[in-house]
Amino acid sequence: MVNKAALWKRLLAQSYIWILLLVMYMPVLILIIYSFTTSALGEPIVFSWKNYADLFLSHEIQVAVGNTFILAFVTAVISTIIGTLGAIGVYESRPWFKKTLEFTTQVPVVNPEIVIALSLIVMFVFVGGIIGRLELNFWTLLSGHLVLTIPFVYLSVRPKLMQMDPALYEAALDLGCTPRQALWRVTFPEILPGILAGFLMAVTLSLDDFIVTAFTRGPGLLSGPSNIQTISTYVEGIIKKHPLPTNLRALTTFIFLGVLLLVVTFAVVQNVKAGKGKRRKGRQY
Amino acid sequence: MPSTSEALPGRPKKESRGQRFFTLKRRYLAFPYALFLLLFVVIPLLLIIGYAFTETDIVAGEKVTTFSFQAAASFFTSPSKWSVLFVSLFVGVQTTIICLLLAYPAAYFLAEKKFNSNKVLVVLFIMPMWINFVIRTGATRDLLDWMGLSGSTHPWEATIIGMVYNYLPFTILPLYTTILKLDHSQVEAAADLGANPWNVFWKNIIPQTLPGIVSACEMVFMPVMSSYVISDTLSEGKITLFGNYIYLAFSNSLWNEGSFMALIMLILIGLTMLATRKIEKDPTGSRGGDIW
Repeated sequence: MVNKAALWKRLLAQSYIWILLLVMYMPVLILIIYSFTTSALGEPIVFSWKNYADLFLSHEIQVAVGNTFILAFVTAVISTIIGTLGAIGVYESRPWFKKTLEFTTQVPVVNPEIVIALSLIVMFVFVGGIIGRLELNFWTLLSGHLVLTIPFVYLSVRPKLMQMDPALYEAALDLGCTPRQALWRVTFPEILPGILAGFLMAVTLSLDDFIVTAFTRGPGLLSGPSNIQTISTYVEGIIKKHPLPTNLRALTTFIFLGVLLLVVTFAVVQNVKAGKGKRRKGRQY
Repeated sequence: MPSTSEALPGRPKKESRGQRFFTLKRRYLAFPYALFLLLFVVIPLLLIIGYAFTETDIVAGEKVTTFSFQAAASFFTSPSKWSVLFVSLFVGVQTTIICLLLAYPAAYFLAEKKFNSNKVLVVLFIMPMWINFVIRTGATRDLLDWMGLSGSTHPWEATIIGMVYNYLPFTILPLYTTILKLDHSQVEAAADLGANPWNVFWKNIIPQTLPGIVSACEMVFMPVMSSYVISDTLSEGKITLFGNYIYLAFSNSLWNEGSFMALIMLILIGLTMLATRKIEKDPTGSRGGDIW
């Protein structure tokens, strides 16, 4: 009797979860289904590959996708370097400095994107007023994305530093390492998971950004003389006035598959790691 | 007498120990980070405050910047700007409540072993966050259009639905991480001591998961108030939130007015941070860093 009640509860819980998931994925799923047809949403589906062909022929989309990935990669590399070094440095700093920087790190995290974006453009306008011309380009855009991502790299490296045994670094120095060697051979491997997590976070934050990009971009990258177009700004420019064009349905399919692939890879890697850990433990005891 | 300090016996010893001109100390590594934050976070925010209380006029062909309460005055006297504030607050509150109501059971079911032991489901809830949100917004808009809830006829409903769609994962995640840490012996003790299920939930489980609830609210409320794309797309420009207003100021180069609006947002954030500081001890712990 009790078992039966528990079973019912479980069933109810599971159906709630699945229905919510279904509703959440509905827009994207419908887009993916309709990516194989050029008919409007709700109309009968006439199968065709035209959207996919369009996708590979559309220069604009390729430029946007290319820009997005170049920007995300450059952003992630730079923010990972500055953020990681910052985390190590701040961790060893004097208390007042540490406190100040910890607080300042929180600012872009809690600050709405639009305020970050406006504050940056106001600064560019201000500097432009001093030097006589306002010039937005790839570097202003990059700085905007760095503001978005660097604190998150810092915040994902910091807990790894806190978990690390501080004696390890000292021991490396005592055993004859130079500080640089000790950092590279002792600290770096210890905090590597945090660095990787920070890198991935930076990539995803940069890929998804619209507001800061729209405010700080200028001409450059693959867009050449016109303003840098990323997936977000390109799509936003269209959906302001029109429904999503059919070739973007195909793009959605690819993005979805890409994300799915990453998630599955990540899950597998985690599982393998967990398995290894268990085996090692088993052998030891 | 400065010459004596040079002749101190300790000095040559020091020199022999640190033979290189520059010894790397770990705290020096913070330099680029600190410089970056100063240049691109602190100074821009100070400039926002500066621009909020100044005015630039062109007098005899030259730009003259003067201290002024023009932007502030125009905010406090213009009903349309007041309505931006109230509409934003209202959309923010409504979205946050709906998100919490939908997300709490989901997070609870996901975290409790007796309802669900499948970790993949959690990832499924987070996955939409990684699909470009502009595309997702467009997709939601097209779907709602098709269902007859277009922005031109139902701007409010469409906007709220779009917001909930986008922010639900951000609500589920912090709730999930706190519910995972739920102390079950406390819950059982409450039940054993005679509390009915309602009281167990209301007086034990909710207080235990309060940090997660607060963190979820923070993740939704402010971003909703300041969002631009979702409200602009789904209401077809009929609903103006802080984000839309600041965007408008940006596209018309109204730096002073935009800065004042941004300043009000900053004050609101400061207030919420102060209000939630006590409840939430670690503001970053459940902010999504745990996904990886």
